[in-house]
Amino acid sequence: MLDIIENALGIPAPLLFGQLLLGLINGAFYAMLSLGLAVIFGLLNIINFTHGAQFMMGAFVAWMLLAWGGLGYWWALLIAPLIVGATGVVIERLMISRLYKLDHLYGLLLTFGIGLMIEGVFRNEFGSSGLPYRIPAELQGAWDLGFMFMPIYRGWVVVFALVCCLATWLVIEKTRLGAYLRAATENAALVQAFGVNVPRMITLTYGAGVALAALAGVLAAPIYSVNPQMGTNLIIVVFAVVVIGGMGSILGSVITGFGLGIIEGLTKVFWPEASATVIFVIMAIVLLARPAGLFGRA
Amino acid sequence: MASETTAGAIAPVANDQGVIWGFSSAQLAALGVLVAFLATAPFFLYPVFLMKLLCFALFACAFNLLIGYVGLLSFGHAAYFGMGGYIAGYTAKAYGFTPELAVLVGAAVAGFQGWIFGWIAIRRQGIYFAMITLALAQMIYFVCVQAPFTGGEDGIQAIPRGALFGSISLYSDMNMYWFVAAIFLAGFLMIHRIIHSPYGQVLKAIRENEPRATSLGYRTDDYKLVAFILSATLAGVAGGVKSLVFGIATLTDVHWSMSGEVVLMTLVGGLGTVFGPVVGAAVIVTMQNYLAEMGAWVTVIQGAIFVTVVLAFRRGIVGEIANLLRVKL
Repeated sequence: MLDIIENALGIPAPLLFGQLLLGLINGAFYAMLSLGLAVIFGLLNIINFTHGAQFMMGAFVAWMLLAWGGLGYWWALLIAPLIVGATGVVIERLMISRLYKLDHLYGLLLTFGIGLMIEGVFRNEFGSSGLPYRIPAELQGAWDLGFMFMPIYRGWVVVFALVCCLATWLVIEKTRLGAYLRAATENAALVQAFGVNVPRMITLTYGAGVALAALAGVLAAPIYSVNPQMGTNLIIVVFAVVVIGGMGSILGSVITGFGLGIIEGLTKVFWPEASATVIFVIMAIVLLARPAGLFGRA
Repeated sequence: MASETTAGAIAPVANDQGVIWGFSSAQLAALGVLVAFLATAPFFLYPVFLMKLLCFALFACAFNLLIGYVGLLSFGHAAYFGMGGYIAGYTAKAYGFTPELAVLVGAAVAGFQGWIFGWIAIRRQGIYFAMITLALAQMIYFVCVQAPFTGGEDGIQAIPRGALFGSISLYSDMNMYWFVAAIFLAGFLMIHRIIHSPYGQVLKAIRENEPRATSLGYRTDDYKLVAFILSATLAGVAGGVKSLVFGIATLTDVHWSMSGEVVLMTLVGGLGTVFGPVVGAAVIVTMQNYLAEMGAWVTVIQGAIFVTVVLAFRRGIVGEIANLLRVKL
């Protein structure tokens, strides 16, 4: 089987599967980040340009918990999203909430400014070179799958991200809270008239979206080095992913995220020079063929 | 639909009574101050600093043509600014083009790029438009990292300023300054002319209420695309001139942070005001000049300015002054 692949493609199987795995991991981050963006956009109607900085904060909080507090990866997975989510709640209450009656572009400009500030502060404090974060002892090592070595941590990231995405989908589609959320997305005034505290729901939704970004940041910490710029470059790709998928459907953004990660990984194998631009090219093609995005409603 | 455009974001169209060449008396006075400043500034301020300021002022004016008069927030204008710089620099260095020709070629390429990207991006509105332009600009950034003619991380260095029309050497900073000042003023007046033409009136109608403009029979997408091309071309002029002034074209000019800076300049000066982008560019470039040694704190300060302006004075400096004096600037 493997020989057939190698002969047919002229590419060593470990290289192919290695890049596929990397693509899946990038896809996991795209999916989690675009999911957070979609949840926030649904209720707040703003694009959260701070999302990349909040992803980076998740990784840094994990690093700080370990370096300064002696709390390891598993604690970080729980605490970091709570801390960063709490900062998100503060940001929403103090600043974003003042802009709901204005044009949405102001929300974009505000969150962009907040992102710049956060990134600048971290760059002053920690410099531009990355900080190392060790893979937790339980997830070190690799499995021999016969055709390739699979680092356990990377498998864990893919599985965990999938579980997170599914959990978010279940909460929004199958629970009472999610029903309120969807209703408020459609018509906030009506839901408020039924006695639901919509402003608080908006605040908590922003906090939850931010926490999701921070959770992705903790997952990323042992893979990429923890550095202040880690979120910014990623988030621009995620914007393209969001445009491709459309923000109408949660499962849609998950599928688009993973799918584009895999396509990017495969491009690295077959045409390495194009791997940095392939997602943007796909975005352009999708816009020409289906302006609302693959899963979007016009 | 109305929520997807910037309707209401910018002061409504005022009636054009008592105007000379499209300028109100207040604008004419401000223009007089601007021209007087351009004519005298190089004698008491460092010309290279002034040239940098003028390049960014033209860049911001070009950007303002889109956000201020059509209501389109392009978050990827660095792509046109940077590409204009690369092409002008490359043609001047490799083919020995004269400066005016190099800038023209750079602007043409930037405008062509604006045509393609605008054609793709105007399919969506509002924040999607911003995200798409940002993503397309990031693609150009990656292309510039890899393309052979840009010199990758090193950029194009030692770009010759050459001689204007093959006869007037621009190696003297004063000569170069007058060249840059003339281009800036021409670009500034051209934008002014565009927004006061019948075409410009349609642009403002699209900004205020796009469905209504469509129902009146205007093909709004075509109008938006032409505005996008004009804006990209002028951004390319600004980038081309900048690379000739400094003799260098690098990745900094195509990076997304440059796109953010031009948004900041226009926002600080005042969206949709004629003089706002010039004032905003002056404020931000001066600030960067004085705070250069503070490193990453400059980013923090820029972010803080973004937040402050959006939360506290959305009209920007010129917009607030105009509001105080009850005039249009």
